[in-house]
Amino acid sequence: MSETVIPYMVKPHPVTGIPNGKFGIWLFLASEVMLFGALFSSYVLIRTGMPHWPPEGGLSSEVLNVPLATLNTAVLITSSITMVLAWASCKMGNLPRFRLWMGATIALAFVFLVVKYFEYSHKFHLGHTPAHDNFYAVYFTMTGLHGLHIVGGIIVNGYLLGPGTKLWAKDPEHFTNRVENAGLYWHFVDLVWIFLFPSLYLL
Amino acid sequence: MDAAQHEDVSKHMGQYYVVFVALLCLTAVTVGVSYLHLARPAAIAVALVIATVKAGLVAAVFMHLISERKVIYAVLIITAVFFAVLLLLPNLTTFEHHSGLPGT
Repeated sequence: MSETVIPYMVKPHPVTGIPNGKFGIWLFLASEVMLFGALFSSYVLIRTGMPHWPPEGGLSSEVLNVPLATLNTAVLITSSITMVLAWASCKMGNLPRFRLWMGATIALAFVFLVVKYFEYSHKFHLGHTPAHDNFYAVYFTMTGLHGLHIVGGIIVNGYLLGPGTKLWAKDPEHFTNRVENAGLYWHFVDLVWIFLFPSLYLL
Repeated sequence: MDAAQHEDVSKHMGQYYVVFVALLCLTAVTVGVSYLHLARPAAIAVALVIATVKAGLVAAVFMHLISERKVIYAVLIITAVFFAVLLLLPNLTTFEHHSGLPGT
């Protein structure tokens, strides 16, 4: 039996004008907007119903670690440009350069998680678990889901840097499209953080 | 990869670096403004405007939305409408009870 091939993974689909993989990832991102949208909506609803935010008094920026979160914002922004450079390297036919930038993207994702680990462990040390109050429930739910997305990105990007690279020898254009799709997801994860950071830490 | 594509990508490299620097600067601005302790409505407005500009830059340049196919715009417009409903509908129910803004 011949190998089953998903059609239009390289050439644009005649109806949409884009390859199926790219269309698929955009539909997935649309569903992700709704997932995070539901959490943002709940956050606003919970917050407007509280007399004080955080409930124990003070400001979000005093309770949460703004310098660490600012560092993490810079880390994610940097990982977004390294991801673009990884894709651009594929477009220019330079696989070693792709490996370099993709490796940097994954390393930065780990840096983000390590910083988050320090933030979380400090909160737990103080007894500020999600069960503590609405403020920490919202904080841990939203940053936790975002953190899971970072882990997902590491897995996909790790595959593309490792075993997935084999496709380059067979069909470089198909491989480049995969890198582009992984990039779209990764920029979306950055984009979510761009809204999470001010709404949780600064306001 | 053909030469034309090669040239096309290298032409955009400068743009990527400009957006990268702009994103870092806007992050510094949003953190800086938070230390001014503006009145809450102004603080929310400034933070959301800066975040929207940053998100717009990422989407337009890094995600290539500036030169994308119509079908993706169509998907995103529908998403934006439903996102707005998702955000506004539950919260509209509380606005009549709370005349103040979040956290006041």
